[in-house]
Amino acid sequence: MKKIKSAAELNALQEELNARLDPNKPCIAICCGTGCMAHGTRNLVERFQQELADRQLTEKISLRRTGCHGFCERGPMVVLHPQKIFYQRIKVDDVPEIIDKTILGEEIIDRLLYRDPVTKEKVVHEYEVPFYKKQMRLVFGMNGMIEPTRIEDYLAIGGYGALAKVLTQGDPQAVIDDISAAGLRGRGGGGFPTGRKWNATRKAEGSPKYVICNADEGDPGAYMDRSLLEGNPHSVLEGMIIGAYAIGSSHGYIYVRNEYPLAVENITLAIDKAREMGLLGQDILGSGFDFDIVINRGGGAFVCGESSALFASIEGRAGEPRAKYVHATDKGLYDKPTCLNNVETWANVPLIINKGAQWYAGIGTEHSKGTKIFSLVGKINNTGLVEVPMGITLREIVFEIGGGIPKGRKFKAVQTGGPSGGCIPEAHLDIPVDFDELSKLGTMMGSGGMIVMDERNCMVDVAKYFLKFLEEESCGKCTPCREGIYQMRKILDRITNGEGKLEDLDTLEWMGQAIKDGSLCALGGSAPNPVLTTLRYFRSEYEAHIIDKKCPAGVCKALITYGIDPDKCTGCHACARVCPTGAATGEKKEVHQIDQEKCIKCGACYEACKFDAITIV
Amino acid sequence: MSQTVTLTIDGRQVQAEAGTTLLEAARSVNIQIPHLCSNEELAPYGACRMCMVEIRQGQRTRLVASCIYEVEEGLEVQTVTERVLNVRRLVIELLLARNPTHPTLLKMAADLGIEKTRFEVEVKGCILCGLCVRTCREVVGVSAIGFEGRGTSRRVTTPFNEAPPDCIACGACATVCPVGVIPLKDKAGIRTIWKTDYPLQRCESCGRIIAPVKQLEYFAKITNQPLSHFTEHCVHCR
Repeated sequence: MKKIKSAAELNALQEELNARLDPNKPCIAICCGTGCMAHGTRNLVERFQQELADRQLTEKISLRRTGCHGFCERGPMVVLHPQKIFYQRIKVDDVPEIIDKTILGEEIIDRLLYRDPVTKEKVVHEYEVPFYKKQMRLVFGMNGMIEPTRIEDYLAIGGYGALAKVLTQGDPQAVIDDISAAGLRGRGGGGFPTGRKWNATRKAEGSPKYVICNADEGDPGAYMDRSLLEGNPHSVLEGMIIGAYAIGSSHGYIYVRNEYPLAVENITLAIDKAREMGLLGQDILGSGFDFDIVINRGGGAFVCGESSALFASIEGRAGEPRAKYVHATDKGLYDKPTCLNNVETWANVPLIINKGAQWYAGIGTEHSKGTKIFSLVGKINNTGLVEVPMGITLREIVFEIGGGIPKGRKFKAVQTGGPSGGCIPEAHLDIPVDFDELSKLGTMMGSGGMIVMDERNCMVDVAKYFLKFLEEESCGKCTPCREGIYQMRKILDRITNGEGKLEDLDTLEWMGQAIKDGSLCALGGSAPNPVLTTLRYFRSEYEAHIIDKKCPAGVCKALITYGIDPDKCTGCHACARVCPTGAATGEKKEVHQIDQEKCIKCGACYEACKFDAITIV
Repeated sequence: MSQTVTLTIDGRQVQAEAGTTLLEAARSVNIQIPHLCSNEELAPYGACRMCMVEIRQGQRTRLVASCIYEVEEGLEVQTVTERVLNVRRLVIELLLARNPTHPTLLKMAADLGIEKTRFEVEVKGCILCGLCVRTCREVVGVSAIGFEGRGTSRRVTTPFNEAPPDCIACGACATVCPVGVIPLKDKAGIRTIWKTDYPLQRCESCGRIIAPVKQLEYFAKITNQPLSHFTEHCVHCR
């Protein structure tokens, strides 16, 4: 494609590309997000290509390999346009039938439809699926409409229009005012007002100024930034270019984990394409504004998501934070004014410019505007990425969008804010998702990890798991974080081994507060949260471990004994088959036993038993 | 001309030049804040967290590392509050778990009313204050040693744990170490440091030991003088 030299030329191209989109032309949109790829979508794509070619239909039916659709639980999945028929858990051999019956024959294949686990009814269209119904997919929804590797797709749906708009208006300060008026706050975790950050960087003295996209997403179970970069890289680029223009920067960086190969590939391609078309580089759209972006691949250290550690990493030093008493907006990367925002924050920018600050500010709560993408994982029926308006309650997310807890088990807690967030119990599920409300509960918005736990999760064990993660990811520079998290984890080890003392709980609370107060950066500053919130909301579970030497959830190996309920055991022998040490034994159709001497408490029998006959005491 | 700032530390009015850290400003009026990783010859680092103080900004108070935080006009600083003491108590107990016997740490602990750590002791000696690494880089200028690992696996070491190619055996690291855990031995004309032997240079006039040969070679290099300039006479016979 040739270089676009003005906003008018861009507009003409957008219209031309849009006109080529035939709304009635059948299109198979296959989710090629990471989750579906792991389910084997690659083979599915090849089969579709093959079958379409065999039928000489490649001209008549288009095939779109999109980014993540979000409903990862049900992958691999396709949406058949224009009707938006939603097929899920598709196998390669279903492909010919989909083409012949549904696309050519307009017949719905019942077995590929999604079945609502609550109403037990089959759902035909994507927009009727309860998982999507309550969502507001402003940022993430575009994933399904474009092929991330094709800039034409993004242009055809109006992409880079926001950039053209701000360049035509030629008033950088007005852009910042818009972002401020929209009430956009940083999606990376801190929730700092984006407009204020841009303004500070714009006003700061020093040159050059840097604009950075933080794509060092590292929370266990979180993949929303990854899916945005993989599925709609141009929206992030467009946001960054607009931000750079507003701030007065011509140097940008995207700091992305190297463990996200597809994200690196797609964003690299997007940058090349944008540069080729004059949307990046020198004299963007003939406006005289220069801006270019360099990709910096991170080695995977969790702490490098912290801004000052990220700067150190880009500068080629070890990723260790430094005190931020001087803001990055004054002295950031290479000690120059730097504006760092998270992937999702950047992706929100074009939306605000296109639809207006007023419109954006109308979504959400008083101090938290717009939508937020969460990765809903753990003990939840509908695992996936969800985008919801701020202010929605956690209950709606978990039970309506998420479809509740699998196997009819009882909800216990939801952890927001990643490893250093807090665990929220059932009693607080009706609070709105809002930066300030979440922090009142001792947790945080974070970058959007949301881990659901049920009655079979031991909260002491959960706290220990996250501490272990943070202990390993602490850079080791400051004492409270390096030594404090380690010692807290050792206390939790003792408690889960049945060697805890009641005064340990006071020690944990005291340490937690001192670590939060004393740590150098936000990693240590928030690391005690899982312990502090579980102590706050699930103290009795800690006490059960210490006083009764029992793990109520049946998780902590040192405190449990597996047995068999003779009334429920059918003698199916499933436990004996999976037992690795020969502890579970019995004749077929007779009640089985577990030899405690041999039992290593691996839990294999518990998982294998279909009759709930394995007991944990 | 630099600007003078007036602030309050523990209720006392203190004047300090802009750019001064709170630790220095407090010291100038003889308010002592305990610290382990700060040294006036080195850039502020803020890792040990012993020197935390509480500052008031409007209605809000927060803890900052006084070795980094610079004086501000009208700032109210409290160097001893319950929150501050809790951080210091935690830090010293955590460090005692790595090094339970060094008098410097025991004195600091005693000042906070602590006799021994409540945590499980795993003697490592080094408290990871980084003074050695930073002195080697910032003062000596050779960066012969550095950190490896992260979290509790962090330790000070030489590149690839081998004889450090850039070390000039000056011993500054051992001198600056507040807990004396960097072994340095001079015996029979040889200095042993970082498990490596370095010959010591004798004064060509009086025969007394001057310094390691590598250190004098380094001096010669950075001052652009012949090596003989440093070996012909020593401080005693010059």
